Amino acid sequence: MGEKPGLSRRAFVFGSVAIAGGVAFGQYGQAQPALSSAVAPNPLTADLGPNSVTFNPWVEISPEKITLIAQHADKGQGVGSIQALMIAEELDLEPGQFEIHFAGPSPVYFNTGFAHELAPFMAADQSPEAEKARAAALEWLRKAGLQMTGGSSAIPDTFEKLRMAGAIARETLKAAAAKRSGLAAADLRTEAGSVILPDGTKIPYVALSADAAKITPVAVAKLREPSQWRFIGKPMERLDIRSKVTGEMKFGIDRTMDGMVYAAVKLNPNKGQPIKSYDASKAQSMPGVQTILKISNGIAVIATNSWYAMQAAEVVDCVWEPSIYPAEQADHWNVVASSFAPQFLGKEWRNDGKIDAGLKDGTLVEAEYRAPYVGHQPLEPLNGIGIVTGKGMEIWVGHQTPQSVQYIAATAIGMKPEQVTFHNEWMGGSFGHRLEFENIRALAEIANQMRGIPVKLIFSRKEDFLQDIPRQIAMGRCRGSVKDGKIVAADLQVAATAPFKELLARMGAPTKDPDGQLAVGIWNVYYNIPNYRATSFEVQGLSPSTTWRSVGASANGFFTESFIDELIYAAGLDPLGARIEMCKIPIYRKLLETVGEMADWKGPLGSGKGRGVAFVESFGTAVAEIVEVTMTGAGIKIDQVWVAADVGKIIDPVNFENLVQGGVVWGLGHAMNCELTYAKGAVQQTNYNRHEAMRMYQCPVIEVRGLENDYTVRGIGEPPVPPAAPALANAIFAATGKRIREMPFNKFIDFV
Amino acid sequence: MFDITVNGVKHQVDVVPEMPLLWVLRDELGITSPKYGCGIAQCGACTVQVDGAAVRSCQARMADIAGKAIITIEAVGNGKLHPVQEAWIEHQVPQCGYCQTGQIMQAISLLKSNPKPTDEDINEVMSGNLCRCGTYERIRAAIHTAAEKIGGN
Repeated sequence: MGEKPGLSRRAFVFGSVAIAGGVAFGQYGQAQPALSSAVAPNPLTADLGPNSVTFNPWVEISPEKITLIAQHADKGQGVGSIQALMIAEELDLEPGQFEIHFAGPSPVYFNTGFAHELAPFMAADQSPEAEKARAAALEWLRKAGLQMTGGSSAIPDTFEKLRMAGAIARETLKAAAAKRSGLAAADLRTEAGSVILPDGTKIPYVALSADAAKITPVAVAKLREPSQWRFIGKPMERLDIRSKVTGEMKFGIDRTMDGMVYAAVKLNPNKGQPIKSYDASKAQSMPGVQTILKISNGIAVIATNSWYAMQAAEVVDCVWEPSIYPAEQADHWNVVASSFAPQFLGKEWRNDGKIDAGLKDGTLVEAEYRAPYVGHQPLEPLNGIGIVTGKGMEIWVGHQTPQSVQYIAATAIGMKPEQVTFHNEWMGGSFGHRLEFENIRALAEIANQMRGIPVKLIFSRKEDFLQDIPRQIAMGRCRGSVKDGKIVAADLQVAATAPFKELLARMGAPTKDPDGQLAVGIWNVYYNIPNYRATSFEVQGLSPSTTWRSVGASANGFFTESFIDELIYAAGLDPLGARIEMCKIPIYRKLLETVGEMADWKGPLGSGKGRGVAFVESFGTAVAEIVEVTMTGAGIKIDQVWVAADVGKIIDPVNFENLVQGGVVWGLGHAMNCELTYAKGAVQQTNYNRHEAMRMYQCPVIEVRGLENDYTVRGIGEPPVPPAAPALANAIFAATGKRIREMPFNKFIDFV
Repeated sequence: MFDITVNGVKHQVDVVPEMPLLWVLRDELGITSPKYGCGIAQCGACTVQVDGAAVRSCQARMADIAGKAIITIEAVGNGKLHPVQEAWIEHQVPQCGYCQTGQIMQAISLLKSNPKPTDEDINEVMSGNLCRCGTYERIRAAIHTAAEKIGGN
């Protein structure tokens, strides 16, 4: 199969489909064949004003202003800013000279950044076969036309195409100025929003919009050299920082509309189940309440103020259909434990050497690991504004998948997706929450009963927790053997609910392929272990689950890197030295060496201190982390974290550091302190006091170094998360001799 | 009807006495910089100043605060950026930014009572303000910078 030694193939959910030429995103591939981006019109053309020009789907210039389109949604990761700045890099605009608008739904904004993740080859594999598969995946993505923010793909998707969008606009504006002035375009230059003639005369771009509209956009053969960059790779101020510091930033929850009413909901906490009946007599007479509506899975209170709406929703007495998954948490774990069986096999992703013989050859090590359901719970609760009329629905909501919002809202109220007009919003976090649809479906149903009136739905924090579709529940069963100071075999089995496969089904594009996310973290392991097997089992019949920052790797990375640590210990080796020695990919070995240098790793520390290391590649980005802890009288204190990450090219170094630090805080905080558990079919944790993650007093110093050795540009939103939990667990072992094999760790050890 | 003064402007609001200040500001007066995060004083995103003290506006009932002077982030700099806001920009603290107005209001209050806080002092006071994006290190650094700015003025 053209495999490189040690770099095995996988059939990924997209990958298998892309290669087979089938359609995983059935809804997009089948319903909109004519809209593949090769022929899809530039959506900016439809609303273009007089004397205005749009060169491509990312740039629009009117006589009044310049508008740059952000196709990836901003949930705090900074892409609302950097997408515009990458256009401005080539278009020669300065911050303040343009407005940023989020893109509406269009297949022209299909995400090229998924191509690497879809092709069934490991990230480090640059073989012709791997590149061919990635090219095939890209063509499939183009046909599918799926516009999605996620998978740490925004920068890989846009790094080339947005600079090209800016360059084409620039050259076309120069052509327009050349025509007007009678000069050659080659004699003109551009700076700060103007074309500049040889005599120094400046023609602002906005003054050229009408002329430029008459010219076919000029093709550009080559983008600028990195040495010419003004923004990329240099410390810059994110364009959204000031408004977020002054309070001027309007998030989705801050939008108001004339004639608007507020809605709050109480939905069946048995996820996916309808309401049977309800008694609203007490709520009906409460202050501010206008009306109480039944929707398919609960009730909605319409009121003059969101607090009145929430107060009244709370006291509506609802009778729910019971859950279709086990009511009690212990039974969830029992189901997971019984899923390591052939009928639940997802896929054997990798089988190197002779695993059975390898396990018998040396000292056997066995361990079982667990990762619980966890909530996303971004600080901005789910919300949205919707208006339904006879013509369709208009919706304002922060979401990562615009086309799916159209599909879900339309399906909920018997309309067609094209009847739903979607407007994106700045989001107060997501972490995967705003890939789901609980607010979309409810808002569509409510607004459909309140036709003509703008309805603003805000979930109470309690409802948000109760309806949050959690991270997959997962269990890892690991066996390995060591002999003569070497790891001889490792056999990693994971049983988990299938987060990405389930999300696809809810998006209207079910697939029978195994969930590739359950391979990440057990399959893409780069150590030289002669006998290695990685297998996933897909657990059926439990709580729905979905993508949670770093998805499959958030659990699998913990299992694998903790178990590898156990094997290294059993082999009597140094945790960092052994990983460096075993690592087959030179640029990844460099990362491990770098993080070791940063921490000045010299082996065991003694006196109650311990260090742990972990290394995980997810979404193509390799990240190595070292955590140092001290065992104190009051519990474990995390002293410091060192992180080395390789993204090929660092676009915005300040934001890069911030995202890495945030990813570590996310990974550590949830591993230490968080789980969602079910009782009577409902999640028991309904606010942050029961699901705290990390607060400042537990936050260590986090030192970050970015490397640029990878051959292509990678994302950084999620990849710092997976190594955090195993690095902490390994550090706790080094400090205390205690192996913690289940998250959250605070069930087993106290933290300061 | 209650009288309420926000950022020096007097308003009359017609709400029940139990309504917390947060929803008066947001839904009645359209002042959206204080954010709804948890509703139970667990996140600090709704922090404003009431008579000069940092208060979780989701817990301050209208009946208890009528007549008091409310300051939201819009008015902390008297028309300019407050040194804490300047420090927040210098350190590029926000990611999603949803918690940051509350963080800044809490930090201003901290620096009023403790102009030269240590990391431990900062942890103590700021741990009630949740940041799901995990910007805590930058918040700490920005507070130290702001302390220098204020001290130097």
